[in-house]
Amino acid sequence: MASVPLESALALAGVLFTLGLLGLLVRRNILFVLMSIEIMLNAAGLALVTAGARWQQPDGQVMFLFMLTMAAAEVAVGLALVLSVYHRLGSLDTDAANRMRG
Amino acid sequence: MNLVFYIAAAVAVVSTTMVILQAQAVHALLYLIVSLLAVALVLFVLGAPLVAAVEVIVYAGAILVLFLFVVMMLNVAPGRHTVGRGWLAPRNWALPTLLVAVLLGQLLFVLSGGGPTRSPGPAIAPRAVGVTLFAQYLLGVELSALLLLSAMVGAYHLGRRDRVSMLTSAEPRRTAEQNKAAEFAGRVTESAEAVPPHGNGHAAGEASDLPPLPGGVKHGQRTA
Repeated sequence: MASVPLESALALAGVLFTLGLLGLLVRRNILFVLMSIEIMLNAAGLALVTAGARWQQPDGQVMFLFMLTMAAAEVAVGLALVLSVYHRLGSLDTDAANRMRG
Repeated sequence: MNLVFYIAAAVAVVSTTMVILQAQAVHALLYLIVSLLAVALVLFVLGAPLVAAVEVIVYAGAILVLFLFVVMMLNVAPGRHTVGRGWLAPRNWALPTLLVAVLLGQLLFVLSGGGPTRSPGPAIAPRAVGVTLFAQYLLGVELSALLLLSAMVGAYHLGRRDRVSMLTSAEPRRTAEQNKAAEFAGRVTESAEAVPPHGNGHAAGEASDLPPLPGGVKHGQRTA
């Protein structure tokens, strides 16, 4: 990329990923955990597109599309799990689901 | 165009920070939408118009709406009876309005000819992305279809209503049954043999330790 330096875009991706990781580690609400995972996936996609723009290849954007597909599938299953956990435990706290039973 | 990139990056960072600081999930979702729109602008500036459009349509338009549906179904907002009372306070709408206004200003700046209407530098056209996607990465496309299918089946299985109701109703009923079993130990075992005339067929067989208490007690009282 001529006008936007590569380092700035990668730094933005890194900052967004770190924010998502922070939210994942700090929050206990399972919805916020899923949202933090979305933030981290989005930051990874931004890094992919940045790398693709640096070498002027469309592979970065193709990888972004695959990442988007994976994020959609993950969100569908994750939200179904959230509903199941909420109906079962009556809470969205991740600490409430700390027991494994058959 | 560098300035557009840096302003959009600042909006993305601020709104993402606000996502993880919110107390209510709906507010966090709205900030997350602002963050994704800002990242879409960053992608456009980086020379990826197709991915920028897909980010807006699929990410902000479909995935976050799915989140919103789940938040509406859960209905866990504390103090949801006071919703709509405090939305006029400036602290509630000042920061989101500012963030979105910055993005709108950038969009109008680009559209009005102040900046280039096309993304700067040699952008990678959507045509090149499509050709690469369906020629070089065709196996990946097929695997994505398989992944989406399995995710759909998995989400359907996890969200089945009868499975959920079975899980929720089995939990308290079994604990209540254990309490009463400790209380009326002899009567429960006696009624477990007396239930099959009440229940019909296999349903009483698989649920013989869950529901027999009301029928059994009634039977015991009737015989006594």
